[in-house]
Formats: sequence, C-alpha cells, structure tokens
Amino acid sequence: MAIHNTNDFRSGLKLMIDGDPCSIIENQFVKPGKGQAFCRVKLRNLKSGRVYERTYKSGESVEAADVMDTEMEYLYSDGEQWHFMEPTTFEQHAVSETAMAETAKWLKGQETCLVTLWDGVPLSVAPPNFVELAVSDTDPGVRGDTSGGGGKPATLETGAVVRVPLFVDIGDLLKVDTRTGEYVSRVKN
Amino acid sequence: MSPASRTSVCEDWRPTASIENIHLRAALLAKTREFFAARGVLEVETPLLSAATVSDPHLQSFSTRYNGPGLPADTPLYLQTSPEVAMKRLLAAGSGSIYQLCKAFRDGESGAYHNPEFTMLEWYRVGFNHFVLMDEVELLVQTLLGLDSSFERISYVAIFQHYLDIDPHTVPKAALWQCAVGAGIAQDHGVDAMDRDGWLDMLMSHLIEPHLGHEQPLFIYDYPASQAALARIRVEGDVALAERFELYVTGIELANGYHELCDADELLRRQDSDHRRRQANGQEQPGGNGRLQAALTAGLPSSAGVALGFDRLLMVKTEAHSIDEVVSFPMNRA
Repeated sequence: MAIHNTNDFRSGLKLMIDGDPCSIIENQFVKPGKGQAFCRVKLRNLKSGRVYERTYKSGESVEAADVMDTEMEYLYSDGEQWHFMEPTTFEQHAVSETAMAETAKWLKGQETCLVTLWDGVPLSVAPPNFVELAVSDTDPGVRGDTSGGGGKPATLETGAVVRVPLFVDIGDLLKVDTRTGEYVSRVKN
Repeated sequence: MSPASRTSVCEDWRPTASIENIHLRAALLAKTREFFAARGVLEVETPLLSAATVSDPHLQSFSTRYNGPGLPADTPLYLQTSPEVAMKRLLAAGSGSIYQLCKAFRDGESGAYHNPEFTMLEWYRVGFNHFVLMDEVELLVQTLLGLDSSFERISYVAIFQHYLDIDPHTVPKAALWQCAVGAGIAQDHGVDAMDRDGWLDMLMSHLIEPHLGHEQPLFIYDYPASQAALARIRVEGDVALAERFELYVTGIELANGYHELCDADELLRRQDSDHRRRQANGQEQPGGNGRLQAALTAGLPSSAGVALGFDRLLMVKTEAHSIDEVVSFPMNRA
C-alpha cells in the first residue's frame, strides 16, 4: 500500500479517505509557537465531488489513492457524458458530469487533457493549462485602449466567462489560463 | 511583445515581497529600535549557531558540523530556534533589560504563517512579571501597527469556556477528544492518538484561534502548567498555572511571553521530562544545556521575557495572506 506523509501534501495529491479517492485542494500548516503541529487539508472526494476538511498531525501518513493520470484527447459530449480517447491505444472512456466539474467549460474538442483513472474509471479531468477560445459575447471593444486597465466580462465559445481588457471584441481569439481562469493575451487568427 | 509572453517561467530570482513591503520592514525595524532605546533597553547580539539546542519535543532544530581550529573535529552545532537561552545567560551575567532582533530557525515549519527561517524580536525586562510585560507589548504593537484601542485580556480557561464550554484544566482527556470529534476535526484519530496537551492544541488552533483578536488584539494568559515551557508555575486552589501569555491579532499568534523560570532544579526536571518525551517519540536527543543550567544556578534575576514574530507583525500591518508577501526570499527561493 502506497502512503503519503503530510510533508508530501500539496494540491492535486490523491489520497484514499474512508475508501474513496480524494484530491487535495488546499493544505494549511497549523502550528502554535509552543505545541503540536497539524495539517488542515481541504479535499475533494473524486467520486461524489463533495468537498470537506480533514486534520492530520504533522508527520502522519495517509494511504495514497491508487490512481493513474493518463493523457487523452477530448472527442465530444453527448449531453450526459464526455468522451475521451487514449491516443496510443485508441481506447475510449466516457466521463461523467461530476468528474468534469469545472473542466467542461474550457473544452470544445481535440484538446489533450489529463484524465485521472481509478480502477480504470475516470474520476477527474484536468484541462490543458492554456486554451485558445473565441469570444462569443462581450460589450463592444474600446479602440485604442490597449492599457489593460479596467476590464469587462466576456463569454467564450464554450460558455466560460472571463474578465478581459476593454479592447477585446466579439470574434477575438483569446489565450486563457485554465488554472486561474484568467485572460492571458489576444491571439492573432 | 505582450507582457504575458515576456514573463518567463524562470522568475524565481525575484523577491516575493514587494519593494514597498521591504521598505516597510526597514521602517518598523527602525521604530522598534527607537522604542527600546527610549526605554533604556539594551540591544544585544548572541550566536545563531550554538553547541546546545532546545529540548521542546515540538521544535526541530537544524544542525550542522564545524571542522577547523578551536573545537574538536566534526563538532555538532545547532541553529537556534530562538535566542532565549543565550539571552538568559546575559541576564544572569548582569546585563539588565535586553532586546534582540535576529533570525530563528525551525525545521519542518512551512506554510502561510511559517517559513523555516524567520525574524524574531525577543526581549527581557528585569523586575517585570508577565502582566507588566503585557503592558509593554501592547504599547509596542500599538506603536508599530498604528493602533489606538487597548487590547483585551482573557485567561486560557475563560477562552475555552467561552468558545467550547469546557474547563481545559480539569476535564478528562476523553472530553477534549469528544469535543474535537464533535467539531469534525478528529475523524481520523482515536483518543490515544495524542496526549492531553495535543488535544488542547488541536482545539485551540482549529476552533478558537481563528476567532481571536479581530475587533481588537487579544492576550490569552495563564496557560496549563503542562504547557509552561520555561515559564514560572503558580498554584491557585487545585490548579497549577503557567505564567505565560500569547498575543493574537486578527487570528494570528503574534507573541509568546513568560514570567521567567529562575529555579535551576526545576529547569533540570523540565528538560528531563522533554527528553523522555523525545525518546518516546523516537526523536533526536539534543542533550542537556549545561550552560543555561549553570547560568540559572548562578542566578537569573526575576524577569519576564517575550518573543514576537516580526514577519507576522508585518503580515498584520499589510493584511498579507502569506508570509511570502513580507519576506524577501522565502525557503523555496532562498
């Protein structure tokens, strides 16, 4: 049985909690100047999507979740499930809405994602760190304002909403950081 | 080129603190020195590297080895976890009231409020008890943070009764554990996973501390005798109390002070007890501190002392969420 010490804790690490695989969202080191140190961890249950907190004594070990991260290409969604393919074996996997969570809003097709499998079942999907998506709706662009000061919301072709500079217009292709949900730059089409 | 594409991934040569916060640190260090100069408290320097280190089982020291003239080959030396021991040797030698601004080092401590190397302000006042020292801590912190309001003072027992409705000095360990289970922070631990103080620490740090010092800074005083460290213990009725205090500002533990233990025999008993606990935990045994022992035997003047986390003070002042915002180069960029 693989284990992780609290010193290995970082966001994204997968642990087995009460028989369910979980992913660390946030790890907080708590220690009084005089006294016992603790790790207070915020976790997402990868089966139910539920978020909860656990506390461990600093230095304790916790069972690792036997999960595998595999790169797969996103093919399409049938409205209920999202379909991915392993590029080497062409094996296809159907992913549930729970596992897609915040990822679905960044995908339009053909992106290479990191799919986390547990016992062969997809538990979660991480989108590429950067995606390029067209703006489908936003207030008219302010010409000449390239200062980047201020900003406005823009809806992208996948439905995601990001904050963009005032000069951005409908139809512009944008580079977005999916880890922060922030606009990075305009891409020349 | 857009600003984004100019930003390379190899940016970790830069400080994590803003230049503005680096200026602020310098200004507060200068104000601190003014404060003590005006009160006739002497600034001192003591070694960061020393032959002995703290016995407290919850503190892990960094160690290194010296090779060269003056000491036997491969002599182990420790980076201090605080300047407490060396400053007490100065007090015993007749220095009078002293303060020090220095680095302290604690292995294994990293997080939003911790960096393994940090800046500490520690001072000792001859003739003070812990209540008189609290007055001075209040004045200094008011000066540095620019506050007018006076600080609250609540005993350790009163704060537990207020938030958890338990008496931390008298309830059995099982009741502390049940309280933690009830609050949903002890799912993974049986009652014997920790000693009584471990459960008190868990309740304090998870269920009480986050509420403390938001409207005005707050002192907690008179700790359980089992958490005395190097503070005096007095007995009130059936309860032994450590004459120790902590200062909390916006949920952050900022300072820890003692009415100092002066009894050399009692020091030896506490070090022995620490060593037994370290042995039971399978921790390294740093050995006793003979020079502190000798200093206390020679006579430590009655005094009170306090250590204040200077980086955390800057965090409060700047409303920072991470210590990285006030430290130029934290561990992962050092």
